[in-house]
Amino acid sequence: MTTYAAPGQPGSVVAFEPRYDHFIGGEYVPPAKGQYFENPTPVTGKVFTEIARGTSEDIDRAVAAATGAADAWGRTSPAERAVLLNRIADRMEANLEAIAVAESWENGKPVRETLGADIPLAIDHFRYFAGSIRAQEGSISQIDADTVAYHFHEPLGVVGQIIPWNFPILMATWKVAPALAAGNCVVLKPAEQTPASIHVLLSLIADLLPAGVLNIVNGFGAEAGKPLAQHPGIRKVAFTGETTTGRLIMQYASENIIPVTLELGGKSPNIFFSDVAAADDAFYNKAQEGFAMFALNQGEVCTCPSRALVQASIYDRFISDGVARVEKIQQGNPLDTDTMIGAQASNDQFEKILSYIDIGKQEGAKVLTGGEKADLGGELSGGYYVKPTVFAGDNKMRVFQEEIFGPVVSVATFDDYDDAIKTANDTLYGLGAGVWSRDGNTAFRAGRDIEAGRVWTNCYHAYPAHAAFGGYKQSGIGRENHRMMLDHYQQTKNLLVSYSPDAQGFF
Amino acid sequence: MSRVDLTDAAADLLRRLAAEHGPLMFHQSGGCCDGSAPMCYPAGEFRTGAADVHLGDLDVAGMHDPVPVWMSRAQFEYWQHTHLTIDVVEGRGSGFSLEAPDGVRFLIRSRLLTDEELAELG
Repeated sequence: MTTYAAPGQPGSVVAFEPRYDHFIGGEYVPPAKGQYFENPTPVTGKVFTEIARGTSEDIDRAVAAATGAADAWGRTSPAERAVLLNRIADRMEANLEAIAVAESWENGKPVRETLGADIPLAIDHFRYFAGSIRAQEGSISQIDADTVAYHFHEPLGVVGQIIPWNFPILMATWKVAPALAAGNCVVLKPAEQTPASIHVLLSLIADLLPAGVLNIVNGFGAEAGKPLAQHPGIRKVAFTGETTTGRLIMQYASENIIPVTLELGGKSPNIFFSDVAAADDAFYNKAQEGFAMFALNQGEVCTCPSRALVQASIYDRFISDGVARVEKIQQGNPLDTDTMIGAQASNDQFEKILSYIDIGKQEGAKVLTGGEKADLGGELSGGYYVKPTVFAGDNKMRVFQEEIFGPVVSVATFDDYDDAIKTANDTLYGLGAGVWSRDGNTAFRAGRDIEAGRVWTNCYHAYPAHAAFGGYKQSGIGRENHRMMLDHYQQTKNLLVSYSPDAQGFF
Repeated sequence: MSRVDLTDAAADLLRRLAAEHGPLMFHQSGGCCDGSAPMCYPAGEFRTGAADVHLGDLDVAGMHDPVPVWMSRAQFEYWQHTHLTIDVVEGRGSGFSLEAPDGVRFLIRSRLLTDEELAELG
């Protein structure tokens, strides 16, 4: 067991600056209006740095810087861009602990996750897109013996990216890596709940980046996000968040006729067919872990398996074992490597989760474990901690239908295959799903019948690069985490070339 | 009888926001991250359409214009049995909602509608 010292304290592997400005055109510049906002850590609730409060003037400046850099950057060779991405990855790898502790302090998530998942996945993501852009080829169509259509990939230009707070560095990486690989310049707005950790990363890689290629403007959605999404100099907007803001961004994008990619969350079903309990073996243990996966990242994951659907014939045993498993989840100081669940990312998130637990109880859902906030004592009493909670109820209840974005799973039963698929698909969303069965045919059929972009089959919460990730239904548009994301950051140039010396004969 | 109501703290905040931004509206969000939260915009900023339901108008003392509350029709299917009260808590909401820079966040508190209330609402 190791407990990392809090950032800035003696012995800490990382320190935050007392203040962060915007990063525009390769340098830090203060906000045009001179305003800053305080950034607390959810670990203790105490402020640890202050952040530039961006406005449309800052966005204009960043878009201008990005536009100035776009032509040269867009003409670099894929090899040059791949080298940059690989160097970023190498720097991150060499500074893994510092970035991981910064991310944990920023977001409240356990450091064992940032050390073992968030940051290693981000590193691999840069390397993946370094490889992808090298391997990408255009295409040639032979129209007739003398006519050829060449298809080239060209960058869009300047793109806007609005990042969520649940995986601040990893989600930024999911967007930045393909955009830069494809030859675009970026104006990125981090979430106002988690604006600081990306600057720790930037402090390690800023010297690698040509000026203006990556610009970061901090601030609030209404003040900085909106002018970014509306800016006529932006050729695409990428957003991860929720449905109303997603629609608003589409409305803004329609003003400039530009594409969007959106990842808007879900209410992911996690289906356990009766055969998982056919033996008390390694697979049963794995399925039990799969049930407890709702607590990963405090449930603040768009694909949180927040609806567990368990076949009625095994319900009593499976849920009794599952609740026991959940009760073994260690909650504590996020900087302790033994901690399995940390703090919710912000106070309003904490309050929202508690309000959902309240409506769940009102609707008659039964609390099998948890169902309240956790007071961890000492300095952690000021942090935002919720006990992992298991509800038993009915799929029509609101706790089954809405993304609570907390460590809360709602459990319902199903009778047979058709019932399972019907319940699984009875949701507005279609981002993720889980299927657990020892029978390959059942697992395959269920995976194809579920209306979701990602169906984990006998696993959950794995996010490797090279596996496409994105939503069906109201969960969004686009596929991240895969080279197909390059298409969302490129446009096609077609040269239609005649090699014939003869006139067409029309005139 | 209305489907939506607001607390005194939310009314105070709306008055402050209206003084700065003019007439206001709410659209209840769903989905990820900052979802399941009421988003407050200048009236007309968010274009509602056939995919939305108008839940009601909030009459706030001291405000000239009522504040309409909207939700997507698909989401309403799952919410229609609950009464919603818009409250405000300290925190840092995201999205493009107007109150976030003030260090506060609108929040929905819900209760089940009674059978009599549901009958009245039709």
